[in-house]
Amino acid sequence: MSTGPTGAAVAADLTGDRPADDAADDLDVAAVKADFPLLATTKHDRPLVFLDSAASSQKPRAVLEAMDHYYEHDHTNVHRAAYDLAERATSAMEGARGKVARFIGAGSAEEVVFTKNATEAINLVARSWGAANLSPGDAVVLTQLEHHANIVPWQQLAAERGLELRWVPLTDDARLDLTGLDQLLDGAKLLGVTAMSNVVGTLPDVRALADAAHAAGALVCVDGCQSVPHLPTSVADLDADFVAFSGHKMCGPTGVGVLWARRELLEEMPPFLGGGGMILDVRLDGFVPADVPHRFEAGTPPIAEIVGLGAAVEYLEALGMDRVRRHEVAMNAYALRTLTERFGEEITIHGPAEPAARGGVMSFEFRGIHPHDLSQVLDQHGVCVRPGHHCAKPLMRVLGVGATARASWYVYNEEADVDALADALAEAGRFFDF
Amino acid sequence: MSGLEDLYREIILDHYRNPRNRGELEVPPATRAEGFNPLCGDEIVVYLHLDDPTRGDSAVVEDVRIGGQGCSISQSSASMMSAAVKGRTVGEVRELTRAFKAMMSIHEGELEGGAAEPADADPSELRLGDLEALRGVVKFPVRIKCATLSWNTLLQGIDDAEAG
Repeated sequence: MSTGPTGAAVAADLTGDRPADDAADDLDVAAVKADFPLLATTKHDRPLVFLDSAASSQKPRAVLEAMDHYYEHDHTNVHRAAYDLAERATSAMEGARGKVARFIGAGSAEEVVFTKNATEAINLVARSWGAANLSPGDAVVLTQLEHHANIVPWQQLAAERGLELRWVPLTDDARLDLTGLDQLLDGAKLLGVTAMSNVVGTLPDVRALADAAHAAGALVCVDGCQSVPHLPTSVADLDADFVAFSGHKMCGPTGVGVLWARRELLEEMPPFLGGGGMILDVRLDGFVPADVPHRFEAGTPPIAEIVGLGAAVEYLEALGMDRVRRHEVAMNAYALRTLTERFGEEITIHGPAEPAARGGVMSFEFRGIHPHDLSQVLDQHGVCVRPGHHCAKPLMRVLGVGATARASWYVYNEEADVDALADALAEAGRFFDF
Repeated sequence: MSGLEDLYREIILDHYRNPRNRGELEVPPATRAEGFNPLCGDEIVVYLHLDDPTRGDSAVVEDVRIGGQGCSISQSSASMMSAAVKGRTVGEVRELTRAFKAMMSIHEGELEGGAAEPADADPSELRLGDLEALRGVVKFPVRIKCATLSWNTLLQGIDDAEAG
């Protein structure tokens, strides 16, 4: 396969030649793993090997306890009520907003809008900013790496508004091919790009893309669903205009996501969903919307989930996102080396060859075995990988496959998990030996 | 590994390795129906040639061909289906489909709005033949949609043919 020699070489650099004081600063994975109750479960009398965090991460006890504590001690509806309990609920939720803002380097907590998930956050951008600012003939530029969440909302708006969608193509190793970028951006109003592919781990240079887009007069909407959980993130450094991400992929609960946007953009944007909580005044002949961010948070928010997300970012901050990233690069290197050494030409790993050029997600093809069959056999060995198109069918078509098997790692995965994956792959190879 | 052997019976793997009736038919006179499994990305194409679509349940399946890509369960189910329906009347095909989907559990029938209505006779008497090998799929609920994909696509093809 194509990624062998490079992967092995970098692996040696990361695991062999590293100074001792760096090693001491590594994640203590055993201790981290002990924080996640679900990972103590077994499958077929073996420890569960969970390699599907790109779909949704597991939750540390701190997050579960924060949500329980909230419901047991602080819960009522937020805002407006004068009694002490409502004060506590509101400050728990707004405290979490501040934690999330700090985690992503936002200028203020008011730039953090809570949504249901990243998908809703991107729909908010399309339906609010897009509907107010895009006219027939305007162009929106997307990349062929995108998750459906950063494609379909724009296709829906394009169909309604007569927009032109343009696509940044990919290179053979699933990086963005930027040779025609200036032409693609010429006259465009928005560039939508993922900061980390959920399928192949590609890490587009968002800052460079933002600079190019801004020079062309376009705004940038970043799908940070994979990057924010796994990479140190500063929205200021990215110089993006919108960043969307989900809580459940970053140790938080399902049901809460975030749209970060520059405050001056949010202030100009009309509300997305209408209802309670998002208004200053309502009369029979109209309404006055609330200030940001509450203008975009109609209805009772997922308060406990927001509290849980606040606990999740505190947990990740305590681990240190630089440390998290180093751990995942080391996992990339170990996986690339191990799978290549054991299976050679029998395995094809999609995406960039260098461990540091990838996020902690790996799609692969093994001996022509269909990913659905492969994952079924792996499951018998307690190894959880995900088969399918990963909500990125345009990317599947570029890769020339209908589906891939995808393994992804996070803070609680260790080299032994990669070994278990490799052992299970070998078993699958024997089972489907034809 | 007993669970795996329940799922991957030898006859299933045989149909996966050597799929019957792969290919295309000229459209028209044949119809072409596409089915997708959004869970795993499988895509299946069923080409169906009825001798006279206006004859309703009495029309005969002159020929059937399978295209597309998918896992061993969807591909082997499609292969066995193609062999089972060739030369049968549309009425027989509908009955066979009902029997097959009943075998794929009442559970899915409920999910799909009662598509798998209970058969009058014991499904085992409906000459499912090789298709019986897929019975183990019901123990793996995620894979039921793989097994039924080609059948649903075939029904769509019949509807298309009858609609002209």
